[in-house]
Amino acid sequence: MSDVVIVDYGAGNTRSVRAAITHVGKSSEVSADPAAIIEAPYVVLPGVGSARSAMEHLNETGAAEALRQRYRDDGPTLGICLGMQLALESSEEDGGVKCLGLLEGKVVRLEAERVPRLGWAIIDPWGDAYYFAHSYVAEAPDVVATSDGLTVALRRGSFLGVQFHPEKSADAGLNFLGQCLSLV
Amino acid sequence: MPLPRLIPCLDVANGRVVKGVSFVGLRDVGDPVELATYYSSGGADELVFLDIAATPDDTKTMTSVVAEVADVLEIPFTVGGGVRSVEDASRIIESGADRVSLNSAALAEPSLIGAIADRYGSQAVVVAIDAGEGVVHTHGGRVATTTPTLQWAVEAAERGAGEILLTSIRQDGQRSGFDLELTAAVRGAISIPVIASGGAGSAQHVADALRVADAALIASIVHENPSGLPGLRREIESLGVHLRPLKGRA
Repeated sequence: MSDVVIVDYGAGNTRSVRAAITHVGKSSEVSADPAAIIEAPYVVLPGVGSARSAMEHLNETGAAEALRQRYRDDGPTLGICLGMQLALESSEEDGGVKCLGLLEGKVVRLEAERVPRLGWAIIDPWGDAYYFAHSYVAEAPDVVATSDGLTVALRRGSFLGVQFHPEKSADAGLNFLGQCLSLV
Repeated sequence: MPLPRLIPCLDVANGRVVKGVSFVGLRDVGDPVELATYYSSGGADELVFLDIAATPDDTKTMTSVVAEVADVLEIPFTVGGGVRSVEDASRIIESGADRVSLNSAALAEPSLIGAIADRYGSQAVVVAIDAGEGVVHTHGGRVATTTPTLQWAVEAAERGAGEILLTSIRQDGQRSGFDLELTAAVRGAISIPVIASGGAGSAQHVADALRVADAALIASIVHENPSGLPGLRREIESLGVHLRPLKGRA
């Protein structure tokens, strides 16, 4: 079995996430198989596509229930961008979508001078800049980091979610990913 | 607000970087993968690849270039040139590009912007506008349309574009500075970010552009001396524009 299962929800680009995982010395596979998701040493829920189509795919394949089971089992999981947002209870995107509900909180339309919020921004309290590309943002209690006052990292139990893209954040992103995957 | 971005633009035809890249330190200056990696390690915040041939054969080659780049690059990149349909966009994004850039195809068929944004999100759609004398131009800036630049920028944003790549035809290739007035006018008319393009000849030019835009596209200034990118960044910062800090977390 690979070190990391990247959850497939039919929305295309998982190539960069796979490349970054390889870069930090771990093996990965892309799968929607519930058993693989439950048993993997580490799971990444990537950030591509829209909330509605992502949840539809996750529900159809059984990956949604597998992710809930994995969370109850304390299996380490990283959600990236939309993958973090999907872990909350609901999203305003696409007219309102019920999400996985692993963590308390909801996803709301971003209110900022420029939307989408595109580019590199410093994260507090970590201090480095990471790459963001988002139009929605989390409103949730389990905040571990912020950027421009927005919630950009959440942790509860074995789930860690980040709004930025570690796979697109050069050395800072690879260091972050390396630390996450040092668990496996 | 995110930090202003510095974006080298590579023109690619038939799988090779064409025109203007001169540097002895690279084994193969024509290899888009090697040059992309080099610029990334030099501190590029993002890259744009422009497929300037975009023939059917070339398109296939470009798709494999995108995949190769995605396998080694850990910064975002945009691919433009030859994106004429949702299928074209899918092929490029699913090969690993973060965003596609639409130009004349979006003018001819504005609904394409929304169709791609619906599938991949607004952040994945850049609309490139070649602007001159108040109107949008096509065919690499040679043919003027009757569409006012500001009107098209507003429409593109309303239809779901996530960013405007704004090139001043007058300034492009002149190396005498960006068209700051045009850039500020377009950015003021919309609420999505704007990449300024055309005219970078010095760090001062780029710094000036980054005060009125969210990002600056650079070409010959960096292709003539790829190893000068870190120095260019430092010079821009010394002019008071804060770029992203390059050191990773210890």
